[in-house]
Amino acid sequence: MIVTIARNELRRMFLSPMAWSILAVLLFILGLLFLVFVDNFFATLQVQFAGVESAPGVTDAVVSPLILWAGIIMLAVSPLLTMRSLSEERQNGVLTLLTSAPVSMTEIVLGKYLGLLLFVLVMIGLIVLMPVSLVGATNLDWGKIAAGLLGLFLLLASFAAAGLYISSLTSTPAVSAVSSFGLLLFLVVIYISGKSQSTGSELFIYVSHFGHFLSFAKGLFDSSDLIYYLLFIAVFLVLTIRRLDNLRLQH
Amino acid sequence: MASENLVSAQQLYRYYGHHCAVHDVGLQLRKGEVLGLLGPNGAGKSSTLQMLSGNLAPSAGRIMINGIDLLDEPRHAKQHVGYLPEQPPLYLDLTVNEFLRYSAQLHRIPQPAIKQAVEQASMRCGLGDVGRRLIGNLSKGYKQRVGIAQAIIHSPRVVILDEPTVGLDPIQIQEIRVLIRQLGEEHSVILSTHILPEVQAVCDRVLIMNKGRIVFDDSLDGFERRHGSASYIVEFKREASLGMLEALDHIDSVEIIGDRRYRLAYSNAEQAPQVIVQAAVSNGWGLQELMPENTTLEQIFVELVYRDEHADLVNNATHEKAGPA
Repeated sequence: MIVTIARNELRRMFLSPMAWSILAVLLFILGLLFLVFVDNFFATLQVQFAGVESAPGVTDAVVSPLILWAGIIMLAVSPLLTMRSLSEERQNGVLTLLTSAPVSMTEIVLGKYLGLLLFVLVMIGLIVLMPVSLVGATNLDWGKIAAGLLGLFLLLASFAAAGLYISSLTSTPAVSAVSSFGLLLFLVVIYISGKSQSTGSELFIYVSHFGHFLSFAKGLFDSSDLIYYLLFIAVFLVLTIRRLDNLRLQH
Repeated sequence: MASENLVSAQQLYRYYGHHCAVHDVGLQLRKGEVLGLLGPNGAGKSSTLQMLSGNLAPSAGRIMINGIDLLDEPRHAKQHVGYLPEQPPLYLDLTVNEFLRYSAQLHRIPQPAIKQAVEQASMRCGLGDVGRRLIGNLSKGYKQRVGIAQAIIHSPRVVILDEPTVGLDPIQIQEIRVLIRQLGEEHSVILSTHILPEVQAVCDRVLIMNKGRIVFDDSLDGFERRHGSASYIVEFKREASLGMLEALDHIDSVEIIGDRRYRLAYSNAEQAPQVIVQAAVSNGWGLQELMPENTTLEQIFVELVYRDEHADLVNNATHEKAGPA
């Protein structure tokens, strides 16, 4: 049943212009950045690093920043995806289709979440094509790239979980999008504040999802980062399920 | 008897904050019955139907669907219910067939049977020609039909329709009513509306709700037997004697409704007008007006709702109404 709902979610995303325009904008911007990074590497970095031992390679200079930028752009874009899944459906009254069917709230929430994850996978699949295009020209550090992509996937998965929860709080899509964006940005700000000299705090750095992403983007796989993301996602999914159950009580 | 009740709700209460939207509502739906839930806007009809469909948790009370407790085993109970809310839950960017296929999957119809279920539901709701069109491009009447098709796709034993004909043109309303009549042959149907003729057109039994309470519950046959006796409104130029009016043949009761105006309830439709005219002539009352009046559901409805607003006689309303007729 979860898969049925997820398939329908994914299909509907691609039936609306939303998914296509998000993919188009994202790939256009990332493509431009990719060109800039590659250009920069050939024009300046390659010359500077010539002869230096264990100098940063193409992967560090091109692919890592690309993944980082993908995360940053998605911070602004993913709320637009998640606002559709519950807010919009509540506004149109379509959610009743699911809640009147013999399907549990857990199945509904997991189905919708899985649908979002599938979209994220499609997106990452398209982003990977950029570094892959360099294969003939240079040697890439695939381990680093894999870690970076895993980090990107986890980051986007955490965006989706938080966005889904916020989406369940309100039946106005715009409010949902703005609030999710606020929450995601807040977590980044917490990271910046945790890193700064005066307000430095290990707790802030830990709470923020961005810090965990940065180490992945650098190619570092730390299982504690993985656990952080899994916890983050689980918490928001459970909150969403509880929230939907509560809706039947309050309305 | 209890086993024949497909839906049985007892002592349902629903509060929104301090506001009590549904107050002690009990309701039984028998097999093959079309039950009309009637009431002015804000009477608690939609809340009641939302509770029966499992979309709204009652503050208190118990709902059994086909012998399964809806609150304890929602997933089992919901399999027997098809629900069309006030606003049909439609994905506007899917085609009719895609949407119905998805609803069939959600209702756990096994994969091989889905195609047939979709075809059957489309056929019954007259959607054969629009199966490949986007729901968003359909007219309101067709959207409503898709909503009904979605509610019957899994052949539920109980179909709950919340104001199914609202916003449709007269021909569409006619078609939807015919469809509901057909549904009543195989499924049990609960239908809410604030349009009175609709209830008379399609329902076997009527429940009138006002301010969250049920103020009237009777079968339409019984209703017509009891309230169907018609009456004449007459007005004379000169004062007529009440005793003489009451003594007239075929006149059951006389009620003074104004200055020299009376309501005469009669039992024999052929003889009554003649008797009244003759009496008026021979006694020199000077007949000024003779107007037939049928006691309709509308009168009962207005009277019940009006009475409720002016005195808290809710609980007696059904009683009193039954008395004089």
